[in-house]
Amino acid sequence: MRQAVLQPTLLTMAVLAISFLGPSGLQAQGADRDAVRIGSKNFGESYLLAEMFAQLLEARGVTVERRLGLGATEIVFQALRTGAIDVYPEYTGTGLLAILGTDPPADAGAAYRQVSAAFRARYDLRWLPPLGFENTYAIAVRPAMADSLALTTLSGLAEVAAELTAGFTPDFIGRADGLPGLRSAYGIDPGEVRSLLQAVKYEALVAGDVDVIDGYATDGRIARYDLRVLEDDRGFFPPYDAAPLATGELVRTHPEAVAALSEMAGLLDEAFVRGLNARVEVEGAEVSVVAGDALRELGLVEGTDPDGAGGASSGEGSGGDGLAPGGGAEGLPAYLWTRRSELGSMTLRHLVLVGWSLGLGILLAVPLGLLLERRRQVAEGVIRGVGLLQTIPSIALLAFMIPLLGIGVVPAVVALLLYSLFPIVRNTYTGVRDADPEAVAAARALGMTELQLLGQVRLPLAAPVIMAGIRTAAVINVGTATLAAFIGAGGLGDPIVAGLALSNTTQVLSGALPAAALALLVDAGLAGVERAVTPRGVQEV
Amino acid sequence: MTETHSYVEPPSRQSTSSGSPHLEARRVTKRFGATTALLEAGIQVARGERVALVGESGSGKTTLLRCFNRMVTPDAGTVLLDGQPVVRGDAVELRRSVGYVQQEGGLLPHWTVLRNACLVPRLRGMDDARNRGLEALDLVGLPAEEFGERWPRELSGGQRQRVALARALAARPEVVLLDEPFGALDALTRHELQSSFVELAETLGVTVLLVTHDLEEAFRLTHRTVVLQAGRVEAAGTPNELRSCELESYTYRLLRKAGVA
Repeated sequence: MRQAVLQPTLLTMAVLAISFLGPSGLQAQGADRDAVRIGSKNFGESYLLAEMFAQLLEARGVTVERRLGLGATEIVFQALRTGAIDVYPEYTGTGLLAILGTDPPADAGAAYRQVSAAFRARYDLRWLPPLGFENTYAIAVRPAMADSLALTTLSGLAEVAAELTAGFTPDFIGRADGLPGLRSAYGIDPGEVRSLLQAVKYEALVAGDVDVIDGYATDGRIARYDLRVLEDDRGFFPPYDAAPLATGELVRTHPEAVAALSEMAGLLDEAFVRGLNARVEVEGAEVSVVAGDALRELGLVEGTDPDGAGGASSGEGSGGDGLAPGGGAEGLPAYLWTRRSELGSMTLRHLVLVGWSLGLGILLAVPLGLLLERRRQVAEGVIRGVGLLQTIPSIALLAFMIPLLGIGVVPAVVALLLYSLFPIVRNTYTGVRDADPEAVAAARALGMTELQLLGQVRLPLAAPVIMAGIRTAAVINVGTATLAAFIGAGGLGDPIVAGLALSNTTQVLSGALPAAALALLVDAGLAGVERAVTPRGVQEV
Repeated sequence: MTETHSYVEPPSRQSTSSGSPHLEARRVTKRFGATTALLEAGIQVARGERVALVGESGSGKTTLLRCFNRMVTPDAGTVLLDGQPVVRGDAVELRRSVGYVQQEGGLLPHWTVLRNACLVPRLRGMDDARNRGLEALDLVGLPAEEFGERWPRELSGGQRQRVALARALAARPEVVLLDEPFGALDALTRHELQSSFVELAETLGVTVLLVTHDLEEAFRLTHRTVVLQAGRVEAAGTPNELRSCELESYTYRLLRKAGVA
């Protein structure tokens, strides 16, 4: 009888932990050491350029791995710096202002030379030849408002800004070449600033929810909505020449890749890119298809196949399989059905993320909870400390992980693990502490050792409470794991992140709906386990 | 009659075969932080004798009781079992050899009645543990055929205390410590259980130390009563000895309040 009750409890937990893990475990997908890993930020043009890089390299016989949609500048830059990716499309002005924090020169050529020299010296990163177009910020307003206020310049905006509501991307609000710079250069201080995703900014402006937004010069939607772009009359925004930004390692080990990417130098102009962006963001065309068409049009790859069959393989981030579902042109059920195998593997990956993080979380948090129960005087402090982890925004936590663990599954699992600790530690601690104190006192007085008390009395009595903590952690993790797509961990967050970046609601839902269903299923499943571990004598009659 | 404000050595009323008392505490002091729970308290209990510890809340009676199964370690003084200091052996072994019943809620809620009753024999690794549990349940009037497989929450308060008593007696200890075992029961159930307890204690010949705040209960169930006040032994003796105490003394007031003066 010694361990009779302890064993089923631990066994249940172990089975629970293992059952989630799935076949692929912690191994990142297709970890081909020789593949060139291509990253992108999570907005349409960045996806598009990265996909063009990828297809061009594939056409030149280079193996590539796509890690697209890696969040904002900080995340994708960290990924490049730590060697988690080899190359991604970046803009010179962003490199100077947002990354180096230096004042850029007004001349585009000077800016490129300055950023190249600085990145080479400081980070061993190489700016490959510029692609030929500039994508500067375009501060845009509704035409009706521009007319009524006679707004044409940013200087003019400064005078009326206090009356206006701005809708800026979080990136823009924080970076030196964004709102803070506009404030000091022009004195632009909007009455209210709302943080909006790239995907919803334009709709919010058109609907009148905000009055001014930060657009991109090459964005297809500025023309589509006939927005008025205010002139940068003091020349505040630096040159934003687009170029592949690569690691020194790539230059040394894959000269053929660098040569291929250099073929694109100077071939893209603003009008061309704006047209490509509009196809993706306005018409809802597949990134992989548009990228393939563009490469053919530029004469960089063979063939003139117009329906996109020539567009090499599909990217994980872009999630394309050659079909071109328009945003809403095709019904959601049909979209889900077409993508069923892809969604299945993303769901599996999602479960792998949640399973590993939860399993490891249990292995860490339950013993920690038990230890704290033996050290009551420090327990509250430690639990509060673990609780603080919960308050770190998910994106920030994921970003912190990159310098330590790179990108992909491992940092995502670690971040999710940290989120799962609090509910499990707290419930283990309080569950064991509050387990029928009278019964524990009596059993101790009758000669049970502390170990026997723990295994035969306190843990069995606390099991439902501990299980409730695990259940909370699991549901939180299913939701938070969608954000892991920002650091290239895959899962159901991929279509959500990509869909948001590309303004494709159907794509967003194709990730969000399975994720929600998964959360409900996991919750229901663990509720069953919770009932199963509740000792019969203390169950509700 | 013995009454003093310091150490009291009560005369041993029951004749003992061996020289030393079965249970003895000598000048035991225990402090919890700034609170003094016991101050040079001393008692003796002869083999087969039943002694009650009475006093108001905070008088130290439970603390003194718990010194005998080492749930409390005195700051000073000596606690003896069979003339041997209890600190000499292993605390867990000591607890397994001494019966213990607390006020209520002491049963393990996730164990059946029978499994609860078998706890101590199993902890002691007795081969006939199950039989001892069955036997103990019979002794307290809860035959295992009817009650053995029930859960504690399916029993009445009185039945639960009977199981607690069975659990304390199943390994046939020579000493049983009881901490307000009948305190939470209604009057009728309490009387019933008190009578069967005395009967049982007589039959088994166990030495009993009983903590209660109820003087009437102390007089009815035990041979001698020790009155504790603020950690000191105020008085000790048979009911008649206590009744002959000084007028206006603490013990006198306590007796009068309880209506047993």
